[in-house]
Amino acid sequence: MANKIRLIARLDVKDTNLVKGIQMEGLRKLGDPNQFAKKYYEQGIDELLYIDIVASLYNRNNLSDIVRKTVNDVFIPVCVGGGVRSVEDVRHLLSMGADKVAVNTAAIKRPELITEIAEAFGSQCMVLSIQAKRSRTWPGKWEAYYDCGRAHSGYDVVEWAKRGEALGAGEILLMSVDNEGLQRGMDLELIEAVTKAVHIPVICGGGVGCGDDIVEAARAGADAVACAAVLHYEKETVPELKEEIRAGGVEVRSV
Amino acid sequence: MKVTVIDYGLSNLRSVQNAFAHCGAETLLTSSAADVRAAEALVLPGVGAFRDGMAGLERLGLVEVIRQKAAEGTPLLGICLGMQMLFDESEEFGTCPGLGLIPGRVVRIPDTDLQGNPQKVPHIDWDPLFPAGGRTDFAGTVLEKVAPGQECYFIHSYEAKPADEADRLADTRYGGRDVCAVAAHGSVVGCQFHPEKSGPVGLSIISQFLNICQK
Repeated sequence: MANKIRLIARLDVKDTNLVKGIQMEGLRKLGDPNQFAKKYYEQGIDELLYIDIVASLYNRNNLSDIVRKTVNDVFIPVCVGGGVRSVEDVRHLLSMGADKVAVNTAAIKRPELITEIAEAFGSQCMVLSIQAKRSRTWPGKWEAYYDCGRAHSGYDVVEWAKRGEALGAGEILLMSVDNEGLQRGMDLELIEAVTKAVHIPVICGGGVGCGDDIVEAARAGADAVACAAVLHYEKETVPELKEEIRAGGVEVRSV
Repeated sequence: MKVTVIDYGLSNLRSVQNAFAHCGAETLLTSSAADVRAAEALVLPGVGAFRDGMAGLERLGLVEVIRQKAAEGTPLLGICLGMQMLFDESEEFGTCPGLGLIPGRVVRIPDTDLQGNPQKVPHIDWDPLFPAGGRTDFAGTVLEKVAPGQECYFIHSYEAKPADEADRLADTRYGGRDVCAVAAHGSVVGCQFHPEKSGPVGLSIISQFLNICQK
């Protein structure tokens, strides 16, 4: 059980808009991602996660300009993912101000990319992003998806996480596709299974609807929790979430 | 105030420059030994592996000039890998010599905590700064504006072990053990965490470093 948690705002971007869907479908446009980023920074979020949500479908990442603007006045860690295919893509995003990159599709297609990125920039830059969906064919297991939750890899999520660590990933971003956008709590069994299997920090996402969901995720082993809808729709603010997390007996950074 | 930021190929330079600009400093980004020699104040940022970092400094012919500047008393701030390179040597991928500006070594963070339970490496978290090396507060140091207990953002797999307790300015705690968070020796100071990524607390450290540079 983690007794302390990092609270991360996840900003899914399509073209130049912040978007939010449910189970990665039916995307709604919510506005300028930079304005959301700045608001969350001022409210005391611990980290930002930008994902170009359709990048891998179009083989490009559109986030350079958004990241470059964000880091002018947001002084917390920024992780960027979506469509990252090569060491050169990583170099470019880092030069725009990203601190880490999250890689999913390209790592599934060519796992050695994890090692190449870790060797070039350090493991701390290389976040292995896993979209996990409960498997109908393997009871009690999850399968890793890619291309925006649409394509299945045939990889068992727990085994893939372990292999990612062995290949040099410094962190895992674990999203539950089943729970994503529903705001009805996280897949705690998934969190427990993955965090028990690896020795690197795991950022968990998908399903946060209130502070108690985050407390439960921390108890299940999450090192960090990524929130989207709960913040974007102003159901709760960052300080409100943090107060609930502390009330639940889990530490979180105070601002 | 103009601050010279050393570019040796391994850094989040944009974020470092933005943070110094936010605190009112002009920055010069350079890989040139002549620029480093002329600097009023130096920043050695860093993200990545120790050996690659030192190899970058050596390739650019910067090792000796950085040592000279430190010996002359020019303020120098090392960040993360830049902090670790201030020490004598690191055990990352076999022993590798550092700049030798602060006596001590850089070692891997243990993979078990004080109780012997597994702990995560890299250490990635916002963790509090506490006065160390016999200090009870941060008065008169680069951490002057930091209240003990305020948190900064750490992301590292190796940690510095200063040989001289007095060089430990601040510690944090990880897995029940003290970890050196800020080391200082003469005009040289190193932060294991990223002040440029540590919100208002980090910016207050950068702005105090600038105040010290102007004295």
